[in-house]
Amino acid sequence: MLNWAIVSPLIAALFVPFLSKYVRSIHTGWFVLPIPVLLFSYFIQHLPLKPYGQTIPWIPSLGMDFQVYMDGLGLLFSLLITGIGSLVVLYSIYYLPKEKEKLGHFYVYLLLFMGAMLGVVLSDNAIVLYLFWELTSFSSFLLIGYWNERDRSRYGAQKSMLITVFGGLSLLGGFLLLSIMSGGTYSIRGWIDMAGAWPEHPLFLPAMLLILLGAFTKSAQFPFYIWLPDAMEAPTPVSAYLHSATMVKAGIYIVARFTPIFAVSPLWVWLVMGVGMATLCWASFHAARQTDLKGLLAYSTVSQLGLIMSLLGAGALAFHGDLSDRRLYTAAVIAAVFHLINHATFKGSLFMAAGIVDHETGTRDIRRLGGLLGIMPVTFTVAVIGSLSMAGIPPFNGFLSKEMFFAAMVQVANADWLSLEVWGALFPVLAWVGSVFTFLYSVLFVGKTFFGAPKPSAWPKQPHEAPAGMLVAPVVLAVLVIGFGLFPNVLSETVIAPAADAVVNGLLRGEGLSVHISHWHGWTTEVWMTIGVIAVGALLYKTFPSWKRVYGAFPEQLSLNRLYDASVRHMEEQSYRLTSAYMTGYVRTYFVYIFSAMMALLIATIALKVDWGLSFRHVAEVGVHELILVLAALAGTVTTVAAKSRLVAIIALGSVGYTVSLFFVLFRAPDLALTQLVIETISVSLFLLCFYHLPKLSRHEKGVRFRLGNAILSLGVGALVSVIALLAYSEKNFASIAQYHIENAYEKAAGKNIVNVILVDFRGFDTLFEICVLAIAALGIYALVKLKAPKGESGKYE
Amino acid sequence: MTMMFYVALALLALAILCFLYRVVKGPTVADRVIALDAIGICLAGMVAVLSIVLETSVFLEIILLIGILAFLGTAAFAKFLQKGVVIERDGNH
Repeated sequence: MLNWAIVSPLIAALFVPFLSKYVRSIHTGWFVLPIPVLLFSYFIQHLPLKPYGQTIPWIPSLGMDFQVYMDGLGLLFSLLITGIGSLVVLYSIYYLPKEKEKLGHFYVYLLLFMGAMLGVVLSDNAIVLYLFWELTSFSSFLLIGYWNERDRSRYGAQKSMLITVFGGLSLLGGFLLLSIMSGGTYSIRGWIDMAGAWPEHPLFLPAMLLILLGAFTKSAQFPFYIWLPDAMEAPTPVSAYLHSATMVKAGIYIVARFTPIFAVSPLWVWLVMGVGMATLCWASFHAARQTDLKGLLAYSTVSQLGLIMSLLGAGALAFHGDLSDRRLYTAAVIAAVFHLINHATFKGSLFMAAGIVDHETGTRDIRRLGGLLGIMPVTFTVAVIGSLSMAGIPPFNGFLSKEMFFAAMVQVANADWLSLEVWGALFPVLAWVGSVFTFLYSVLFVGKTFFGAPKPSAWPKQPHEAPAGMLVAPVVLAVLVIGFGLFPNVLSETVIAPAADAVVNGLLRGEGLSVHISHWHGWTTEVWMTIGVIAVGALLYKTFPSWKRVYGAFPEQLSLNRLYDASVRHMEEQSYRLTSAYMTGYVRTYFVYIFSAMMALLIATIALKVDWGLSFRHVAEVGVHELILVLAALAGTVTTVAAKSRLVAIIALGSVGYTVSLFFVLFRAPDLALTQLVIETISVSLFLLCFYHLPKLSRHEKGVRFRLGNAILSLGVGALVSVIALLAYSEKNFASIAQYHIENAYEKAAGKNIVNVILVDFRGFDTLFEICVLAIAALGIYALVKLKAPKGESGKYE
Repeated sequence: MTMMFYVALALLALAILCFLYRVVKGPTVADRVIALDAIGICLAGMVAVLSIVLETSVFLEIILLIGILAFLGTAAFAKFLQKGVVIERDGNH
């Protein structure tokens, strides 16, 4: 059942094109909507959770099966994916007009993505997980480039594809290393059970780094966050769904899922916590400077993902320290899971609100917006609720998770191991600074869009409140924001506790895991920190115009986007230069490469492998006539090479050929001699034919130009081949099989000419295909001579 | 007796070397062609002597072949030098 739940969106995607083509009167989205709704109701039936798994054999011989396992973490993500998926589909029905848009494409991509995402969070087989992981990258690429006639969309799609696929490949590398360490299994639960003995393994560190690289690129962590702001070229429902609620959390999911394996390593704790914190501060600082609503939300997503990531890093500390520490740091995991849910709700609603503003006014630029408060009251309410939750103001759910975040970071500062006694104090400070900027941009989002004076002249359209259907999804999310804020314990026992339990792998089973979720009152450090955030944030907002130029001080040249663009451009340029440097287009250059490579390989082999046993045991006596013939052949060769005119070279070559036939006579090979004579005559005539038809221009006869490099190379090749021949001849390891032919040519094959018997009887197959070669050559020549491209169409045959 | 054959072979080879000198030196193409023709005939002679030395009759065909080829080659070359082509188109096709 679970397997079918995962693939059901993929199967449904097959039917969408038909529906969008043949049922044109109804918006295709209505047909798609039941799928996530049904899946959501299916997944919600699993509450209260009893973990269970299921396997459908796929390639059992390679250990790859469609193996799914539902635990708290998987269920939490499944509910997010299908729940927000339903709302996004509903929203998109009103957002995308059915007359103008290619709805079939849109919903196929969206369903592909939904199925892939469910596969990522529910797969227990790492290879299947990787498969779905790449499918999310791919469908996200398609969705970002949905308006593919726009340059920016194509740029954003390409950028996100390059970065996430880079991460995906390193994730695959990490999985393979883990599978090697575990002796061939791909089951993630199997790995978690085995992980105890791994920290000493030499592959542990590479596997960890590769998996983290995959997770960080997907979840837009520093410095890989740069694709996310550019992915905002996608339609707003896509941004709301993929780039805030689901896909960017796949990396979070991987980190959470692999925490039980890697958390024992201090490097894991430091990397996850440090990178998360750096992302939080950097992105929240930059979010406030954005002038595009979706750009602001993209940077805010990056910073919130950093927050969740750093909480997961702090949660990994639970695997160190003693029992009381475990309880304290598990609270960080609970905070991470809680904030994951909260972020999905408020960020989804904010994106939808931004989409409504865009849809109704025609612009997303906050410099042109303002004063929409009276015009769009519902959107305004939704945006205020979302923003205040994002800023961490009571009574919304963001407040609770931010308090838990501060609490966890204060705990990190109190830790006294893994060098945390030195650097730990940095974390609460950075967390606080990041939250101040979060407050600032949240207030900016609402303040610049809905307050201030209306600017009707700057609006492309006359705005009015969005249609009711478009408002349903953001209102539902806003209600959830308030609901979770007021009654957080609805979630704590049902969803959060099992999910946190899965992250820490039952570290605290039966030891009061749930206590910390309900415990959220009291005058503690974190309350004062929140009050400080609000006070300083409000001050910064008031004075924003006067210190805004701080952002200008940051050199644009050093930004990561510039670095990305420059490195892509440089890679293209450099590989082009490299290619055009060695691919000269001259055959002579390639011959130099081929001969040099041949010499290098052979010399290296001889130097390393061959023992120098030159012996002349097998050498026969040399007669005078042989010497004379050698001299004749030599004279012919030298003349060929040194000839000033081509005619001389051809004749000299012919003389070499005839000398060779004389050698055949001398070495008692009459058939060879006959053939050689005839063939030599024919080929000399062919040479003469070519010579005669050379074009007039290049006919001026010149000697061969002397090039030292070529001379050295050819001398080297000649010497080398001679040495190899001598070496090979010195070692005759086996007797020849020729004796068999001599004895049996007449006995078995009824022929006295042994050469001919071999050619047509003992080894007639070779002859057959040499006849074939000659036939092909003849036909080829005929075709070359006869078939000429008609005039004006010469390009066709090139 | 065998010694004499070797001497004959050596002389023929020497003759070929001399003709080769003519092939290399020229000065006109006709000199070279005639030298080549003579080399061919010398080769036929060498093959004949060699078959006596090697006491075999299998090389006699080669002698005939060299004779034919030398004639054909020289005739073709001569035609080439005279007319610029070896096979003339007679207009029937």
